[in-house]
Amino acid sequence: MWEYTEKVKELYTNPKNVGKIEDADGVGHVGSVVCGDALTLYIKVENGIITDAKFETFGCGSAIASSSALTEMIKGKTVEEAEKITNQDIVEYLGGLPEQKIHCSVMGREALINAIADYRGEKPPIEDEPHGEIICHCMNVTDEDIRKAVHEKGVTNLEDMMQLTGAGTVCGTCIPRIEDIIEEEKSRCSVTPSCCDEPMTNLQKIRKIEETINAVVRPALKRDGGDIELIDINGDDVFVRLRGACSTCMTAQVTLENFVQEELRKNVSPKLNIKLA
Amino acid sequence: MERVVYLDNNATTMVAPEVLDAMLPFFKDRYGNPSSMHSFGGLVAKDMLRAREQVARLLGADNDFEITFTGTATESDNIAIRGILGYYKEKKHVITSTTEHPAVLNLCKQLEKEGYRVTFVPVGSDGVVDVEFLKNSVTEDTAIVSIMHANNETGVINPVEEIGAFLKERGIPFHVDGVQAAGKIPVDVNKINCDLYSISAHKFHGPKGVGALYVRKGTRMRPLIYGGHQEKGRRPGTENVSGVVGMGKAAELALLHLKDMPKVAALRDKLQKGILEKIKTASINGAIEKRTPNTLNASFEFIEGESILLYLDRKGICVSTGSACSSGSLEPSHVLRAMNIPFSKIHGSVRFSLSRYTTEEDIDYTLQELPGVIETLLTISPFWDNEKKVGKIF
Ligand SMILES: Cc1ncc(COP(=O)(O)O)c(C=O)c1O
Repeated sequence: MWEYTEKVKELYTNPKNVGKIEDADGVGHVGSVVCGDALTLYIKVENGIITDAKFETFGCGSAIASSSALTEMIKGKTVEEAEKITNQDIVEYLGGLPEQKIHCSVMGREALINAIADYRGEKPPIEDEPHGEIICHCMNVTDEDIRKAVHEKGVTNLEDMMQLTGAGTVCGTCIPRIEDIIEEEKSRCSVTPSCCDEPMTNLQKIRKIEETINAVVRPALKRDGGDIELIDINGDDVFVRLRGACSTCMTAQVTLENFVQEELRKNVSPKLNIKLA
Repeated sequence: MERVVYLDNNATTMVAPEVLDAMLPFFKDRYGNPSSMHSFGGLVAKDMLRAREQVARLLGADNDFEITFTGTATESDNIAIRGILGYYKEKKHVITSTTEHPAVLNLCKQLEKEGYRVTFVPVGSDGVVDVEFLKNSVTEDTAIVSIMHANNETGVINPVEEIGAFLKERGIPFHVDGVQAAGKIPVDVNKINCDLYSISAHKFHGPKGVGALYVRKGTRMRPLIYGGHQEKGRRPGTENVSGVVGMGKAAELALLHLKDMPKVAALRDKLQKGILEKIKTASINGAIEKRTPNTLNASFEFIEGESILLYLDRKGICVSTGSACSSGSLEPSHVLRAMNIPFSKIHGSVRFSLSRYTTEEDIDYTLQELPGVIETLLTISPFWDNEKKVGKIF
């Protein structure tokens, strides 16, 4: 049994703004009968202000409550204000949701985004059905999303994945699975080089970093009376120490980021981060 | 909440008052350890033995020593399957079905990761396991076959006797998860010809946290955990004496009350008939004729099971759902999925499970409250056209 707040119970028992708006200015639909939850949101807009909002939902108690809360929250707001509402705002309005039910609030926000897009005559940005298997049930992130993030965004560690996709950021139960998928995709890279830019082993990477520092970075720094020392490489983090003129120079950080990091990213891998050891 | 109508007996059951009475002394004066040499403990060993006999009788086992007490049926399932694999180390193939309880299903998925080949035998649209498919899957490499007797979600009963006879001829160990059968339908491990049979006390009015595994005399297996000599080393650790005694009493009562099951079935059928008459969007899942007498799995199309559950809960009616809204997962109820039931029905599936304590009033009250709940939720549903009174799927 779920621990629902009084607000959630109140809203699923007596939901507000249920139904259709026949002459709606924007309609947003997310989810499907396959997924097991779906929400259609109708908005009426006058002079840029949402004057009415109604919903129809197929889902559990917290889906009903989240939808109902959302309609209450957006009424009277300008479209721009409504657009800024996050799923966290919905959760707060409800006085909290169980971790496994956070996705209901995500669904609310997605329906809102689609409804606003529809109002503006744009294509709904949120697709109906999630592709792949849901890994993070709280934030509704699928394995496809995670795999895509690895290949298209170059995300290879958990922290970045959490930041980019939101996966694993609520209850954290799925973190080992996220790590598995990242590893799986990373190892796939070294098998079929074509799917990623740089199918490099660690050793190759270290060698290339050294080469770049020796051939490009150091000579340039030396011209200004400085030098650089490679201290450590940990994944994509490259730790260096600046010497001579550079070490005291006020612009050391700028040098690092603008010059050294640029060169290494250009020559070795776009994912590298330079850090002062 | 004024009244509670408990229709979730496949999840767990009320502890029978007689069972509680049988257990209480073991929390007070009779706290001895059955392994002790002194008579204070030794007497407790006698109570354990009686419980073993009671459980053996419920399952039609020949010998009390064929019963091993465990912590739960989940543990029994694991001890059975891993125990056999631990002995027949060279065999790397396991056969089970697609509609097993997670206690077996997830174990088998784990075994796959460990390098075993697992065949998941499909079921028909009635939920009954495809016996021909199973027979054709057996190879020289097959170490064990594990098939549930009755399904927890639909109550559908599998032809375990036919499977057992086939496997016995070939000398392949056969485990049956009988958690939902024991106490609801007659069980006879000799007629089934199984080597292993798992049950859980709390499903037949016994206490939680105690299960049993029937192990046919002569079955070869290795323990999962190592320790003392308790349960002949199959499940070492000082016994849950009060639980075991309670399970024994519950088993005795379950056997006695099998004769009440036609009454339970009549109530279930009344509920089923009423639902189909009053609710146009309702349908029944699973083989009507091959079900445990207490179970009814119904789908209410175009609405979602958990919201039905919550609305019924406010009326004091306890049921469960095969919907997986907790997860937004693509795979709600793997059982109904395996039966190829459309998603529009799966998500609105509700399980009503009765017991010998269910009354006619309980059923009447449910039939009185349920249609209104379904009506309300249909009104909210984006998949239901309120004017035309028909479904529409995006
Ligand atoms: C068919 C089946 N097997 C195994 C189990 C697991 O029982 P327990 O939770 O007592 O370990 C259940 C419980 O729902 C069940 O229905």
